Amino acid sequence: MTTLNQQPLSHLDWLEAEAIHILREVAGQCANPVLLFSGGKDSLCILRLAEKAFRPGRFPFPLMHIDTGHNYQEVINFRDQRAAELGERLIVRSVEDSIKRGSVVLKSADESRNKHQSVTLLEAIEEFGFDCCIGGARRDEEKARAKERIMSFRDEFGQWDPKNQRPELWNLYNARSHKGENIRAFPISNWTEMDVWQYIEREQLGLPSIYFAHNRDVVLRNGAIFPVNVPLANGEIINQPKAGETVESQLVRFRTVGDITCTAPVPSDADTLSKIVLETATTTITERGATRLDDQTSDASMEQRKKEGYF
Amino acid sequence: MSQIENLAVQTPAHNDSLLRFMTCGSVDDGKSTLIGRLLYDTKTILADTLTQIERTSKKRGLEAVDLSLLTDGLQAEREQGITIDVAYRYFSTGTRKYIIADAPGHEQYTRNMVTAASTANLAIILIDARKGVLTQTRRHSYLAQLVGIPHIVVAINKMDLVDYSQAEFERIRASYLEFAEQINLQRSGRDITFVPMSALNGDMIVDRGDSMPWYQGPTMLELLEAAPAAHSERAEPFRFPVQFVCRPQASDNPELHDFRGFMGRVESGDIQVGDEVTALPSGLSSRVKAIQLGEAKLEQAITEQSVTLLLADEIDISRGDMIVRKNEAPSPVKQINAMVCWLSETALSPARTYIIRHTTRETKAKVGEIAYKIDVNTTEQLAAEGSLGMNDIASISFKLAQPLMVDRYENNRATGAFIIIDEASNNTVGAGMIQAAV
Repeated sequence: MTTLNQQPLSHLDWLEAEAIHILREVAGQCANPVLLFSGGKDSLCILRLAEKAFRPGRFPFPLMHIDTGHNYQEVINFRDQRAAELGERLIVRSVEDSIKRGSVVLKSADESRNKHQSVTLLEAIEEFGFDCCIGGARRDEEKARAKERIMSFRDEFGQWDPKNQRPELWNLYNARSHKGENIRAFPISNWTEMDVWQYIEREQLGLPSIYFAHNRDVVLRNGAIFPVNVPLANGEIINQPKAGETVESQLVRFRTVGDITCTAPVPSDADTLSKIVLETATTTITERGATRLDDQTSDASMEQRKKEGYF
Repeated sequence: MSQIENLAVQTPAHNDSLLRFMTCGSVDDGKSTLIGRLLYDTKTILADTLTQIERTSKKRGLEAVDLSLLTDGLQAEREQGITIDVAYRYFSTGTRKYIIADAPGHEQYTRNMVTAASTANLAIILIDARKGVLTQTRRHSYLAQLVGIPHIVVAINKMDLVDYSQAEFERIRASYLEFAEQINLQRSGRDITFVPMSALNGDMIVDRGDSMPWYQGPTMLELLEAAPAAHSERAEPFRFPVQFVCRPQASDNPELHDFRGFMGRVESGDIQVGDEVTALPSGLSSRVKAIQLGEAKLEQAITEQSVTLLLADEIDISRGDMIVRKNEAPSPVKQINAMVCWLSETALSPARTYIIRHTTRETKAKVGEIAYKIDVNTTEQLAAEGSLGMNDIASISFKLAQPLMVDRYENNRATGAFIIIDEASNNTVGAGMIQAAV
C-alpha cells in the first residue's frame, strides 16, 4: 500500500538526510576515504552526521587534522576530546613538519600558515593513499564556492580546475578516481551559516569555548579586531602587538575558527547557542568578511588558493 | 511595504520547509538581477558583500548598484562576462529555506540547464516583456518538462520598459499558453503561473510596488512560498536503494554481533515497522523489524529521509540492491530506452562500453540504437545521424550487463534517472531519463 506523505521533511531534517546520504555514498564508492576534522563548528556538525549515518557501526574512515601549529589551544583540546569520546581514530599532520622537511618555506616567521596547509594535506594524502577527503566547506561561504560540486575532483597535484569538474545531477554522485587523483566530498555544501548554528542548537552539540562570548586581549589592526598575546601549547606567545597599538580587553567571540594569525573575532555578548543563532540572524557582515583576513586580499583570492590545492 | 521587514530580527524556526528551484533565462532577460533582487530584498546580502559590488559597479562606470554582480562567480567567467556553469544560491524567509540552481540560458549550455533542473521542483522561466516568447523560451520550457519539474512560473520581466502595460502582459501570456499547449506542458498535473515584474525596480518580486495595480495575483516570492515541496504532492511506491551495509561484529557489545543494518535514503514513498518488503534483484522477502536514524529508533521513514532498516529475516543484501514493498516491486531489467542529454565534449561512441550509475547500482552498458534526436528549439524529433555531441538530446536504447530496478522517469524522478560514466576518464558524460524498460 502506498500512502501520501502529508508533511515533507523540515529544512534541517532534509539537510541532515542529504548529508548522511553523501557520507554513505563516500563510504560505498571510495576505497580509502578520510574525514577532515579541525574541531571547528562545521566539522563538528559532520561528526554528528557521521554518527547518524554509521552508528552503531564505527565510522568507515579515520579523522584527520592538518594542524598549522597556530591553532587555539581550546580548539585542539576539544578536537582530541571529541575524537576520544567517539572512539574513532584521529590522525594529526602538522605544517611544522612540512617546514622541517623543507616542503613548506615561509617568507617570514610570522607569515600566515593557512595557505600552507595545502602542502601538508597533499603530503598526508600521499602518505596514507587517501582517495577521498570529506570536508566541511559550504557553498554560501564564498563566491568561488557557489559552483563547487558536492564531489569535487582534484588532479594528481591536488589542483581544482573549475573547467574540469564533473556535472552533478539528481543525487547520483560520481566519486570515481584513478590512483593518485582525489575526490573532495562536501556533505554540508547546501548549508548556510544559519543552518549550521540551528543544527548545533537542535542537536545540542558541544563546541570549543572560544565560539562563545569571552574577554580577550585585542588591538585594532587594518580596521578589524585582532587577537593578541595568544599562548600556544608549546608556551610560545604569538600575535604580539605592534608598536603604537593599544591592547584592550574586549568581549568577543569567534564566528569561525582557524589559524590564529588570520582569524579575527567579532564583538559579541552571545554566550549561549540561542543568542548566537539570534546574532547570526541579525548580523550585517558575512562570516568570512568579518573574520578571515586572508580572503580580503583580492576579490578572487579563494579561487586562486583552491586552484593551488587548498581545501 | 515589505512583507519580510521584520524577518531579520526573528529567531528562525528549526522546522522551516525547503524548496529547490531553478532560474532559466539569459543575462539579457535580467535573470541575475532577479536573483540579486531576491537575495537583496530578503536581506540575505550583507553589508560587506554589498560594499564590494558597489565598488565594482562604480569601477564599471554604472550609476546604480548592479545586483547581477551578486551572482557573478569565478574569475574566468568574470573576465569573459558570462556564466558558464551551475551556481547554487541560498536564501531564507523565516518560514522557508530556498536553494536556487542558477544556470545560464544559451543554447550551448543545455547540459547546465539539465543539471540545474535535475534537483529543482520549480522553474522560473524569464521572458523579456519587450521581446515576448522567443526560441530560448521554448527551449527552457521543453527542458523543464523533460526533466520533470512540476511547477513552472513564467516571469514576464522588464515590465518597466513596456510602460507596465497589462495588454502586453496578457498578449505574452496568451502566446506562451498557446505554445505550452503544443508541447503538452500541462500534462500530468504540471502547473503554469504568470507574474509580471521588474527585477530592476523590484516590482512584484518581494514587494508589490505601485506600478501594476491591475495585477492582483501573487508576487514572485508569494508564489515561491506557496509552491509545494518535492514529493508532497503525489503517492509514490516505496523505493530504498541500499548504500551501505552495517555489520559491527567486532563491537564490544554482544547485542550487536548479529546486527545487520541496511543503510540508505528513502527515494520515494514511505515505510513503517512491520511492513512486508522484498529485496531486489534477489526477490527474497522479509519484514521491517526496526528503523533507525543513528541509534534512535523510528516508527516510520518518509521520502528523502536517510535511515537504517533492520529486517526480521537474515537475507543477503548488499550495496546496489533495492528494498521495496512486496506488492509493488519493479522488475529487474537488462534493457532500457531513455532520453539522454550528452554532457561531454567527447562525443558518444556507439562502439564503446559505458558505465551506468542508477541509484546506488552500477552496470556496464552498451548503446543499442539511437532512435531519434530532439531539436531543443522546436521540440521536433530529428532522424538520428551518427553520434551524440555535447548538449544533444536523444532517445537511446541501452543493453545492460547487470539488471537494474527501474521506474519510468515520468513516474519517479529518483528511480527513473541515471548518469553515464566514461570508464577511461571517470567523467560523468551523460544524463538519462528512462522512458521504458524492455
